[in-house]
Amino acid sequence: MFSYLVRRIASMIPSLLLTSIIVFSFIHLIPGDPARVMLGDQATPEQVEYLRESMGLNRPLYIQYFKWLGGILRGDFGSSIFFHQPVLSVIADRAETSVFIALISIVLIILIGIPIGILSAIRYNSFLDQFFSGVSMFFASIPTFWLGLNLMLLFSVILKIFPSSGFPSILKSGNWENLRYLILPCITLAIPNSALIIRLTRSSMLDVSNADYVKTARAKGLSEMRVNIRHIFRNALVAVTSALGFTFIGLVSKTVVTETVFSLPGIGRLIVESILRRDYPTIQGIILIVAFIYMVINLIVDLSYALLDPRIRYS
Amino acid sequence: MGRMLRAFYGRKIALLGLFVIVLLVLSAVFAPLLVTFDPIEMNPAEKLASPNGKHWMGTDNFGRDIFSRVVYGARTSLVGSAGVVLFSLVLGVLIGVSSGYFKRVEPYLMRLIDVLMAFPSLLMALVLVSILGRGMVNVIIAVGITYLTRTTRIVYGLTLKLREEPYIEAAVSSGVKQRWIILRHILPNMMSPIIVQATFTFAFSLLDMASLDFLGLGIPPSVPSWGNMLSEGRMYLTRAPWLLLFPGACIVLTVLSFNLAGDVLRDQLDPHFRRDIEGV
Repeated sequence: MFSYLVRRIASMIPSLLLTSIIVFSFIHLIPGDPARVMLGDQATPEQVEYLRESMGLNRPLYIQYFKWLGGILRGDFGSSIFFHQPVLSVIADRAETSVFIALISIVLIILIGIPIGILSAIRYNSFLDQFFSGVSMFFASIPTFWLGLNLMLLFSVILKIFPSSGFPSILKSGNWENLRYLILPCITLAIPNSALIIRLTRSSMLDVSNADYVKTARAKGLSEMRVNIRHIFRNALVAVTSALGFTFIGLVSKTVVTETVFSLPGIGRLIVESILRRDYPTIQGIILIVAFIYMVINLIVDLSYALLDPRIRYS
Repeated sequence: MGRMLRAFYGRKIALLGLFVIVLLVLSAVFAPLLVTFDPIEMNPAEKLASPNGKHWMGTDNFGRDIFSRVVYGARTSLVGSAGVVLFSLVLGVLIGVSSGYFKRVEPYLMRLIDVLMAFPSLLMALVLVSILGRGMVNVIIAVGITYLTRTTRIVYGLTLKLREEPYIEAAVSSGVKQRWIILRHILPNMMSPIIVQATFTFAFSLLDMASLDFLGLGIPPSVPSWGNMLSEGRMYLTRAPWLLLFPGACIVLTVLSFNLAGDVLRDQLDPHFRRDIEGV
């Protein structure tokens, strides 16, 4: 197991280096002078020259890259052009909202997706199965922002149950009631994302429903419930876990839109604002961190296989 | 073709989806004949009018006719999604087949594709549009790159599998040229899963492009597109909900129809390829 872990982590290094090259190249793909583009038309030539100098944009490309990479390895992601603060602290300021949203949404996705998936598989081809598959396809076809706006119209404007926008910090105020600001955004994220989990749970349970070990379990007289949960669902758990990486990536994309719809002070909105402000160091920092988290999730997923499936052993 | 149509007959709801797709394509092609008003002509005297006999879907904040804009929006959305499908298919097949067939290029190309998959689709598209600038072609490239990775993965997997088939081995051992094997044997045998993937790419790229428009980084606001209409209509959520209702419903209907069609094709066209598609 230990040697597998070392090999697996070592294999992440080339991927991380390639990721860093792609993210680094963003600034250099901008047509024209990146310093001028980032500062806008209002900036004086002196300001442009100062930024070019401070970001090292005058130096050869490979020196710029290694200097930037060296900084990142020391935890220095550069400075935000808009906030005039280190990128990492700008991201940390916005992290609370996004972390809360991600955690609550993932819990909701699991709570919605897995039970419905199990039910659909057990009642395969019944009315219930077709109903759920229709409903989940419908929700997978809705644009996230449109769903968010409709929920806002119904629950905030008409019924006045939940607040429509903003999120006062819980960590600073200690007031857990503020979580109600995140209910609508989390539902907006969870509903379309659950569709994938429903589908996966259902299809991977159906895949093994005729396997020999399931027949054996039935033949030795285990109750239908026990066969479904202990023997068939266990298989679905592997598939659902392997989809966690995909779910995370999908969630990030949808968070960008959802945080904009509900005006939440999170990382998703930060990236849209940074793109509109052409604050490239901040954009690079966020994308690098997201790609890194994705790779770590995939590592954890790979390691968890051994726990979930007794047939898999890492030597 | 006959087999495909029969498959749709079996599933009534999918047939409805197919009908919606045909209707959309027809209205996009014949848009100038269908509309009752110029989609970009402003008429401040009639702004924010609710749906009525003259303006079937009401008017927006500039007094523009929503029905006419929705019809022209179909054109923008369908052209955009078709562009993404074309872009991701052509490049995806090229990269996927060469990685699967020629061992020498495989480690470099597939590693690049795997790394690109670690970037969330919308973030990647947003950054690319901010670099390339707004506009239809740039949006197609930005969104297309994300779908390119998925198509490449599928084509790569299929190529690896097909390479081991006895008839390909027979062709190789009888001295058939590589180019001929790829064109005559490998590509035709992966057409079904590629068609299925294209249907889903069409559906989901439409959602992504609408999101880009909504965030203000898609097609320029002067062009009527469903995403742009929703982006502008958002300000009038409470005063004029019809600004959001019609373009939003069109997106849902279109994406749903393509998803239904894709589902039927996946189930019927080639059952033994189902796993390859579902795995991605």
